[in-house]
Amino acid sequence: MTREDAAYVARLARIDLTADELDLYAGQLAAVLDHAAQVAAVDTSGVAPTAHPIPLSNVLRPDEPRGSLDRGEVLAQAPAVEDGRFRVPRIMGEAP
Amino acid sequence: MSPAGWEAVIGLEVHCELLTATKLFCGCRNAFGDEPNTNVCPVCLGLPGSLPVLNERAVEFAMRIGTALNCEIRPSVFHRKNYFYPDMPKDYQISQYDEPINVDGWLELPDSTRVGIVRAHIEEDTGKTTHVGGGGRIHDAAHALVDYNRAGVPLVEIVSAPDIRSADQARLYAAELRAILVASGASDGRMEEGSMRVDANVSVRRYGSDEMGTRCEVKNLNSLRSLGRAIEHEIGRQVAVVESGGAVAQQTRHWDEAKGVTVALRSKEEAFDYRYFPEPDLVPLAPDRSFRQRAVAGMGPMPAERRRRLVALLAGEVSASGLDQVATVVELDLDGLVAAAIEAGIGPALALARTANEAAADAEGTRHLDPGAYVKWLRMENDGILSATQAKAVLAELLDRGGDPAEIAAAKGFEAMAEDSLVAVVGEVVTRSPAEWERYCQGDEKLAQFFIGQVMKATRGKASGKAVVAELKRLSAGA
Repeated sequence: MTREDAAYVARLARIDLTADELDLYAGQLAAVLDHAAQVAAVDTSGVAPTAHPIPLSNVLRPDEPRGSLDRGEVLAQAPAVEDGRFRVPRIMGEAP
Repeated sequence: MSPAGWEAVIGLEVHCELLTATKLFCGCRNAFGDEPNTNVCPVCLGLPGSLPVLNERAVEFAMRIGTALNCEIRPSVFHRKNYFYPDMPKDYQISQYDEPINVDGWLELPDSTRVGIVRAHIEEDTGKTTHVGGGGRIHDAAHALVDYNRAGVPLVEIVSAPDIRSADQARLYAAELRAILVASGASDGRMEEGSMRVDANVSVRRYGSDEMGTRCEVKNLNSLRSLGRAIEHEIGRQVAVVESGGAVAQQTRHWDEAKGVTVALRSKEEAFDYRYFPEPDLVPLAPDRSFRQRAVAGMGPMPAERRRRLVALLAGEVSASGLDQVATVVELDLDGLVAAAIEAGIGPALALARTANEAAADAEGTRHLDPGAYVKWLRMENDGILSATQAKAVLAELLDRGGDPAEIAAAKGFEAMAEDSLVAVVGEVVTRSPAEWERYCQGDEKLAQFFIGQVMKATRGKASGKAVVAELKRLSAGA
C-alpha cells in the first residue's frame, strides 16, 4: 500500500487528506491488507465461500405498497429544492 | 450494412423495469408519471438506519425473464456498486455482480439466428435527473433537479453476447427481446416511457478477422429507430477512424438524435472504480425448485414458439411476406385471433393478411375485441358477403364503437344481397351487354371487372365482387 494507493482510495471516497494523514493511513491500511493476506494464505479449496455471516437466504417481502413519506417533509430536509425536486449543483459528465 | 471489407461486432445491454406494484427494496409504489418525489421513503432515500428487504415478485419476474431467455437460474448475491452521483442518494446502487441470478442463455431472432445471453441480473433503478439551463445539455447545464420516484424501481439488466453483426440485427434483437419481456409478463417494454432502455457496445474489425476491435458504448437510444441509426453511424465513424490511420478510443458516446451523430462525453479523469462489495444488509438469494416453478406458472409460450405454431397452422400457405406477417401478429399479440379464425374455417391467407395489416393498425383496440366478433367479421369477407373495402369499413366501426359485425354492416347498407337477387342482377347485366359477355365467355377475364362495375352500379355497391365473379363463372360454364 503506497501513499499513491491511499490517495486514490481517499479520492474515490471523496475524503480530503493532508500529506501527514496520507502517510499515517497508508501504513494502517497496509497492516489491514497484511492481515487479509494471512487469511488468504489458508488453503480453502473445498470450502464454500461465505456469502453472508448469517446462514439465511431468501428473505423476501410481498409486493404490497406501504405508505411513502410526505413530500413536503422530505423536501424540507434538502439544502435546495425546485419544482418538487431536489436541486443539486451542476453535474460534470454523465451518470456512471 | 457495414462499409465494404468491415464487420461490426455489437453487444446490447438492455435495462427493463419490472411490472411490480412496489420498488425492489421498499414498499414505495413503482409507478411512472406520478408527481416528483411522492413515492419515496427512508430506504430509497438512503436515510441512515433504513434497511432493504427484497421484493418477492421482482425475483419471480427475473426468473420468468431468465426462463424465457433459456438461461440457467442460479443462487445469487447482491453487491453494492459505489459511485458518487446525485441520481442515487445512498451513493451506491444495489446490483448483482459476479453471481447474477440468470446466466448463459440465448434468444432466437425471427430468422432463426441465435444471440447469446451472457447474463440477466437484478438491480435497482436510479432517480431521474433533469439538467436545467444550457438548453438541457449536460455540459452547459447550470444545475440539475432530481426526482427519486424511480430510485429503487426493480430492473433486470440483460447483457447479450457480442453476437450481433449489423444495425438491422440489433433492432431485430431489441424488438424480439421486447416481445419476450412483454410475453413473460415481467415488463411492458415501453421504450418511450423508459421502461426498456438500450445501450450498444460497438466495435469494428476487418472482415474475416477474429480479433475484437476497441469498443465504444453508445447511450441515449430511446427507440428502435435511434438504436439502428446510432449503430449505423457509429460503425461508419469507427471505420473512418481506422481507415485514416487512427485508433478507436474506448469511450462512452451519447447519441444526438437531432444531429444524427454520436458524441464523446467529456472524457473521464479516471476509469470508474465502483469498489463492488457484497451488500451486508441482504442475504443470498437461492430460489428452490418450487419457487422457480411458482414464478413461471402461467407463463405462455414465447414469440419464437408462437411463430412456429402459427406457421404450422398456415399449412404451407405461407410466403416470404407471410412470414413477416406472422412476425407482426405475434409481436402485436394478435396471433391468437389468427389461430382462432383459421380453426373456425377462415382462409389462412385472409385471416393472416387482415390481422397483420388492417387489425394491426389498431392492435390495442383489436386485442380488446371479442374474438368471436373478430372471427365473425373475417367470415363475412371470407364468404363473399362483404367486399374487402366494405370489410375494412366494418372493422373500423367495430374497433371504434364495438358491436356486432353483421349489424354494423347492415347499418352501413352493406347487408348481403340475397343470393337469388344477385343472380337476377348478374343475369340482367349480362343480357344487357352481349358483346362483352361473349368475350368473357371466350376467356377474356378482364371483362369480369366490367361486369363487377355494372353490378355494383345496379346494386349501389352492395354486391360482393367475389360473389359476382362466382356467378359469372357459373353462368359462363353453363353458356
